[in-house]
Amino acid sequence: MTSQVQTVAASSPASGADDLLTVRDLQVHFPIKRGLIFQRQVAAVKAVDGVSFSIKPGETLGLVGESGSGKTTIGKAIIQLVKATGGSIKFNGEEVTSLKGSALRAVRKQMGIVFQDPYGALNPRMTAGAIVGEPLAVHKLTSGKGEFVDTVAGLMETVGLNPALLNRYPHEFSGGQRQRIGVARALAARPSLIILDEPVSALDVSIQAQVINLLQDLQEQFNLAYLFIAHDLSVVRHISDRVAVMYLGKIMEFAESRQIYEEPLHPYTQALLSAVPVPDPIVERGRERIVLRGDIPSPIAPPPGCVFNTRCPIAIDDCSLGVPESRELEPGHTVACIRASVGQA
Amino acid sequence: MQELSAGNSSEPLLSVEGLTTEFVTEDGIVRAADGVTFDVHAGETVSLVGESGCGKSVTALSIMRLIQSPPGRIVGGRVWFEGRDLLAISDKQMRKVRGAEIGMIFQEPMTSLNPVLTIGRQITEPLQLHQDMSTSEARRRAVELLGMVGIPDAGHRINDYPHQLSGGQRQRVMIAIAMSCNPKLLIADEATTALDVTIQAQILELMKDLTSRFGTALLIITHNLGVVARYADRVNVMYAGRIRESAQATNIYHQTRHPYTAGLLHSVPRLDRDLGSRLEPIPGEIPDPGTRIEGCAFQPRCRFAVARCSTDDPQLDEVLPRHTAACWEHERVGAEVEAQKI
Repeated sequence: MTSQVQTVAASSPASGADDLLTVRDLQVHFPIKRGLIFQRQVAAVKAVDGVSFSIKPGETLGLVGESGSGKTTIGKAIIQLVKATGGSIKFNGEEVTSLKGSALRAVRKQMGIVFQDPYGALNPRMTAGAIVGEPLAVHKLTSGKGEFVDTVAGLMETVGLNPALLNRYPHEFSGGQRQRIGVARALAARPSLIILDEPVSALDVSIQAQVINLLQDLQEQFNLAYLFIAHDLSVVRHISDRVAVMYLGKIMEFAESRQIYEEPLHPYTQALLSAVPVPDPIVERGRERIVLRGDIPSPIAPPPGCVFNTRCPIAIDDCSLGVPESRELEPGHTVACIRASVGQA
Repeated sequence: MQELSAGNSSEPLLSVEGLTTEFVTEDGIVRAADGVTFDVHAGETVSLVGESGCGKSVTALSIMRLIQSPPGRIVGGRVWFEGRDLLAISDKQMRKVRGAEIGMIFQEPMTSLNPVLTIGRQITEPLQLHQDMSTSEARRRAVELLGMVGIPDAGHRINDYPHQLSGGQRQRVMIAIAMSCNPKLLIADEATTALDVTIQAQILELMKDLTSRFGTALLIITHNLGVVARYADRVNVMYAGRIRESAQATNIYHQTRHPYTAGLLHSVPRLDRDLGSRLEPIPGEIPDPGTRIEGCAFQPRCRFAVARCSTDDPQLDEVLPRHTAACWEHERVGAEVEAQKI
């Protein structure tokens, strides 16, 4: 595929005219207000604070981070479920942050979203068929009941569900099947991008693998681009072409999946990798463990300078003075750390 | 290899034999633990690993006699701990075992701590109860314990309420309480599942460090095969209420003899594996706890299954030295695992 080649050759992670989605300097700050009548803003939760990346057609970008890193907020901001307070989001070259009404609906039609909780994300009073077909109804994509039912049945088959079950309710399905319903719904309007927000985290490992394989098959079949959001580094690395590692609203490191494990350059990425155990006792014996001190700071009052400096094992005084710029240390590999250099690890 | 770990020949510290626990539900009686049998030796780290509904937590709660009745009931088996059957002793004697001899940590530190009592009050409680300490003595010891589990400024934090602590700190407090009376066994039931990865690593290292320092045996209950690989000496793989394979950790991962264990290992993506390889999931779904399956419970999802598997239920048998598996076709599984290595 040409897009594969271009991914490798791309000089910067956020450039290129053929990008499906381009996010530039995205900022989502939630205000914290005080006062009953005369409300005033006293602080802000900087959920996302200056994030840039791009996704090409058919590509999977992984967003990985711990709680409070802002990864979910990015997904919601792209599909306009939360308002960006700064920066730009371009989809097929069109700025989406300012869209309203039918123009917004037209853009949303091209994006699907799958949520983490397969129990909470499906309306318990709607049948599986009605849930899967809702985007068809909203965007008026089918004419007549016959075509509607046929399309829904086709979608259910695509995700490996028996179409005969379309009149059942969500509680009659298992967790894995419910997640398949969520995927079928996301596919219904034939999107070119699907935002997958922790799609397998709530599933048991044997079911997780089924859903991951399904997602990979669908991507190939429909040339879908994925924004894959998760906290599990092993899963993200497995499914993604490129990975962005997030911490407290900022991207710490951006690299191809292969580089993230073989050559992590940011101290946070290195610690995160070492914290994820490999299911093999012999491999584990030989692995270095970096245990970070302390807790993740609150996004209301992030530390000055580099947000990671309070827990960083190699921090120096300068780290708390200025916010580190993202530097491209290798082609397609950027790191927001003043101490990182190629060949250090 | 140095796998002649603590007390191969000696009596185990904890010996669970045929433990069976049932729950009465709307759909009839569900057998959540169905003849669970395993040992924990002094100072050893043993793991119970399995997916949701496999009976691992029910096993832990049954050992502690914390199964709520009704709807639950321990209907069979023995739990030998230091020469006594914990299922046969009086409630009063059992209260002395809990906390003093066996400590336990649960998944959700917010709900296991009492929200209206200071953490100091909750740490001193077992000390005064089990070790007859005076209030001031217990308080001194509590500060010491909080320092030991890595709570900074313990002298002041002792007056905090649980909501003032982060998730990781709450779990540290739980460890301090569980370790307060120097128990011989610590049971950690998904103790780090709700925590972020970097915090999870802190807590696991802390548990490992403390238990090895005090010679405490550790029973880790988890669904995470990575955690098991990193910390456990011995591993018991559970499926549908029973242990299906049991061996030293290295053997579980490298000389797998049960198709379910092999299936689990092929389902998880690994950081150290080449990219582009495809996962091999176990087909089908985990059976509903209520449904009865003839023969081996794993047989409907098993690619090694033969005719016999749907009629005869295989029992846990020694297939290699100190390695048991409940599978009629364990030799074929073993041969395939060997073949894949080359």
